[in-house]
Amino acid sequence: MPMVSARTTQKLALACIWGTGAVTLLILLVIIGYVMVQGVSNISWSFLTTPPKGGMSGEGGISTVIVCTLYLIGLTMAIVVPLGVGAAIYLSEYAPDNRLTSLIRYGTDVLAGVPSIVFGLFGFALFVMALHFSFSILSGALTLACLLLPTLIRASEEALRAVPRSHREAALALGATKWQTVWRVLLPAALPGIATGIILCIGRGIGETACLFVTMGGTSAMPTSLLSGGRTLSMHLLHLVLDTNAFEKALATGVVLIIVIGVINAMTNWLSQRFRARMTGGA
Amino acid sequence: MEAKIEARKFSFYYGKRQALKEVSLTVGEHQITALIGPSGCGKSTFLRALNRMNDIIPGARAEGEVVLDGQNIYAPGVDVVDLRKRVGMVFQQPNPFPKTIFENVAFGPRVLGLDGKLSMDEVVEKSLRSAALWDEVKDVLNKSGLALSGGQQQRLCIARALATEPEVLLMDEPCSALDPQSTLRIEQLMEELKQRYTIVIVTHNMQQAARVSDWTGFLLLGDLIEYGKTAELFSRPQDKRTEDYITGRFG
Repeated sequence: MPMVSARTTQKLALACIWGTGAVTLLILLVIIGYVMVQGVSNISWSFLTTPPKGGMSGEGGISTVIVCTLYLIGLTMAIVVPLGVGAAIYLSEYAPDNRLTSLIRYGTDVLAGVPSIVFGLFGFALFVMALHFSFSILSGALTLACLLLPTLIRASEEALRAVPRSHREAALALGATKWQTVWRVLLPAALPGIATGIILCIGRGIGETACLFVTMGGTSAMPTSLLSGGRTLSMHLLHLVLDTNAFEKALATGVVLIIVIGVINAMTNWLSQRFRARMTGGA
Repeated sequence: MEAKIEARKFSFYYGKRQALKEVSLTVGEHQITALIGPSGCGKSTFLRALNRMNDIIPGARAEGEVVLDGQNIYAPGVDVVDLRKRVGMVFQQPNPFPKTIFENVAFGPRVLGLDGKLSMDEVVEKSLRSAALWDEVKDVLNKSGLALSGGQQQRLCIARALATEPEVLLMDEPCSALDPQSTLRIEQLMEELKQRYTIVIVTHNMQQAARVSDWTGFLLLGDLIEYGKTAELFSRPQDKRTEDYITGRFG
């Protein structure tokens, strides 16, 4: 009765896959739902627009923290996107297939797996101390850039490699130079993959705490320049949970954090679609 | 017949493997020259050597000369971008860019720059008319090129290649991915295009070579076994191996 058994396995497999999918979704919903339900009621206009009072009370809002988070992510992305995509273009289109290239690739893979606090130590030693950027958004952004660069390079390289060879050949056969091929054909085609990489990087960057405490200090004052110290939403959340009793404020901060990530992701997608449309002429 | 392209003792290597062995062959201007032979005989390699598309393959190396209008295209200092502007190419699989129909055709003029005589709209219309696609797409120029049928996509690729005003059009098995109807369409098109362009086509379809071409070359394991007028080569092959191949004894 092999037919029946094959059918049973099929059903069993389907049930398992369904099960795993459902469990994953459930966990996700429970976490986000818990934070949302518990946190939303604690969000008010004044919570969003007043700075934290500081100290152990946990009083006050999160205005300065939101501003600092946006500054940090903006600056980090301004550094990491051109560098990462540029390096990916070099690796996938220009680098010769030799030992050095595979060494670079291996190095990127290893760096992508190094714990962030190690990058924090490096950032502290180089940017904070040696370069005298002290505890600042600049130091934090440079450190985050180092941390995220390998991830973005590999994501972008994969996206570029996935563009069919026939596109490259078609462009070259039409008399396009290598750079025109990269700019007009490969980048637009790879853009969705690159955007996914950028979104992953933003998510990871926003979630970092330890490596930022040692490079940005963690002051809750409103940043006045990129050389001001600062505290991101995640850092503030950690502080609220560990050092204060203001658990409801921590939950509210969590909600804001989730919303900020959602908004940034939507913006990245929108930008990448706009950019792609401009580069490809609408299709 | 006026010579457009002349290969002189042209050999080609992929690393250590020799894909072409001292091939000498003359392509006549405004003629359709077909290259036939079993898989791996070097016909595509030869075709791609005519606009130096093989340059992008690591370890590839050429010996001998390919002369286009009196100039060896493998001479040092030859600008491949300039060469590819003069020698256009259509590939086996239709490969339109994921762009609009308009932008697909405009790609070449955009990267090379318009010569100023025609506007971009005019160039696109002219090229699509030459590729016998204009009437089918004139109202949907802003639709993606990928939304077209396979046969239309291939004609779009021909229009794209024509938009740079090449002198020679290389076609690498342009119908192998198409249905008979679309194949017929492309073959009729080639007949029209040969008035203005020199065409070299690689095909594994002997009937197609016999139907469309003026000259045919038969390659086997990198050697040019026989080259002559299509009618003669198919009716009175000089070489036993040619005869065996065209009568379907191997390949």
